[in-house]
Amino acid sequence: MIREITLGQYYPVDSVLHRMDPRTKLFGTLVFIVSLFLADSLVAYGVITLFLVSAVRLSRVPFRFMVKGLKAMLFLLLASVSFNLFLTPGTEIFRIGFLRMTWEGVRLAGFMALRLVYLVIGSSVMTLTTTPNQLTDGLEKGLGVLKKVGVPVHEVSMMMSIALRFIPILVEETDKIMKAQMARGADFEAGNLFQKARSMVPLLVPLFISAFRRAADLAMAMEARCYHGGEGRTKMKPLHYQRRDRIAYLAYLVYLGAVAGLRYVDVAWIPRVL
Amino acid sequence: MSIKAEHVNYLYGEGTAFEQYALKDVSFEIGDGQFVGLIGHTGSGKSTLIQHLNGLLRASSGKVYYNGEDIYADHYDRKSLRSKVGLVFQYPEHQLFEVDVFSDVCFGPKNLGLSKEEINIRAREALIQVGLEERFWGQSPFELSGGQKRRVAIAGVLAMRPEVLILDEPTAGLDPRGRDEILDEILALHQEKGMTIILVSHSMEDIARYAGRILVMDHGEKIFDGPPKEVFCHYRELEKVGLAAPQITYVAQGLRERGIPIREDVTTVEEAKAAILELLGNGGGGKAGGV
Repeated sequence: MIREITLGQYYPVDSVLHRMDPRTKLFGTLVFIVSLFLADSLVAYGVITLFLVSAVRLSRVPFRFMVKGLKAMLFLLLASVSFNLFLTPGTEIFRIGFLRMTWEGVRLAGFMALRLVYLVIGSSVMTLTTTPNQLTDGLEKGLGVLKKVGVPVHEVSMMMSIALRFIPILVEETDKIMKAQMARGADFEAGNLFQKARSMVPLLVPLFISAFRRAADLAMAMEARCYHGGEGRTKMKPLHYQRRDRIAYLAYLVYLGAVAGLRYVDVAWIPRVL
Repeated sequence: MSIKAEHVNYLYGEGTAFEQYALKDVSFEIGDGQFVGLIGHTGSGKSTLIQHLNGLLRASSGKVYYNGEDIYADHYDRKSLRSKVGLVFQYPEHQLFEVDVFSDVCFGPKNLGLSKEEINIRAREALIQVGLEERFWGQSPFELSGGQKRRVAIAGVLAMRPEVLILDEPTAGLDPRGRDEILDEILALHQEKGMTIILVSHSMEDIARYAGRILVMDHGEKIFDGPPKEVFCHYRELEKVGLAAPQITYVAQGLRERGIPIREDVTTVEEAKAAILELLGNGGGGKAGGV
């Protein structure tokens, strides 16, 4: 029934990007997003495209998985494109009633769409190559400096990884309870909204009880193994930067330098488009 | 009245890269009033199979018939099928949700759209059948002990008055006394009400004692189907698929290896006792003792 839900969108293959330190990937995604908003010329977008294509190729994830995320934001994409198309002042192409399409609007809409699409593909590269647990690990270590100002980084990331860990379990549990109630004649689809909401009670009560039971069990098991928060805790898989990470950081530097340079250095042969 | 499965296949994740057979060409017919034991290693497809019998899962290919009617036919009322083929899941006490025991047992018959009096009659009857004393009926199901909760959950299915009762490991996690009580109540339903029972269990002893027929599943396929004596003779093959024969069958086997000509097909302690007494009797007036 709902068993097919996969958490996150991790795609399990072995590639340089999969083996890379999650912090490097997080930082890379950040650099990529910043660069998207710095770019204002076709040449800069060429550099960005080159960077994105090489990342996609390095990840060895089939391209159709990259664009899967686009489906979810198709509406947002269409909305922003049409707003830009019709509401940008400039040289008019044609008009329908009060809607005017302008050359400037076409150009702006095109770049806006490109930006959004790149944004989605860029962050998909990270989520497709990093498991949710690696991601929280990376966040914990990467944001470790915030600990000094009193942010409970470890606790928050522990909560995140436990929550992530429990999603598939609760999904399975929901499926089981639903079937058990259906075996007693329950019908989760029939009726109006009110009846539907009422029919959820036999599902939600056992689900909450089991969630609380699991939480209590887990807390007990963690205490039995002397868990006492992040202080002095060591990792089974500590994060260490490898050579590939250093190369990646170097690449980020060159890349960001190139994109920023194209924006701020005034070179005659670069036509500004935005 | 019968349940018939014909070449049932069930695929997980059909159409994806993770496609996998959970059931592979399973066929059988279970006649009225049989007590069938269903055994198999964890992940062998037992639970998937029983969910096909009341229409909770739909076979990827193949047919399931109940009383000769195709349950996948368009006009077939699968909701009423679920009341005729009662399914008690593993750890059924996890499905309890009502404020008191009695209302929880009423949930099933209420879903059948019966009158209030009829619902009450059925709930009372079901609670008496599982042997839960009346003083517990008004309590919250969450205050009961594990064994009592399980009885309430079983009563919740019985209250629909099913013709067939399928139980997925009804004794898992219970103490020996709770286990025997539940199994004896199931046996009573079989003997007194003539209910068809399908019992999934990991205890070969229980299966040998109660079931008249055993189905053995392995990797989604039915590998044996027959009376316990016949099936447990294949204990070497059973061991290969992660199962075993009852302990007493091994004891008998050991005796035979030491030259005592005891029958090969003993599957319960009572049978072994009778067989040994018989041997002693033939051996010329030996003393008859307990085993």
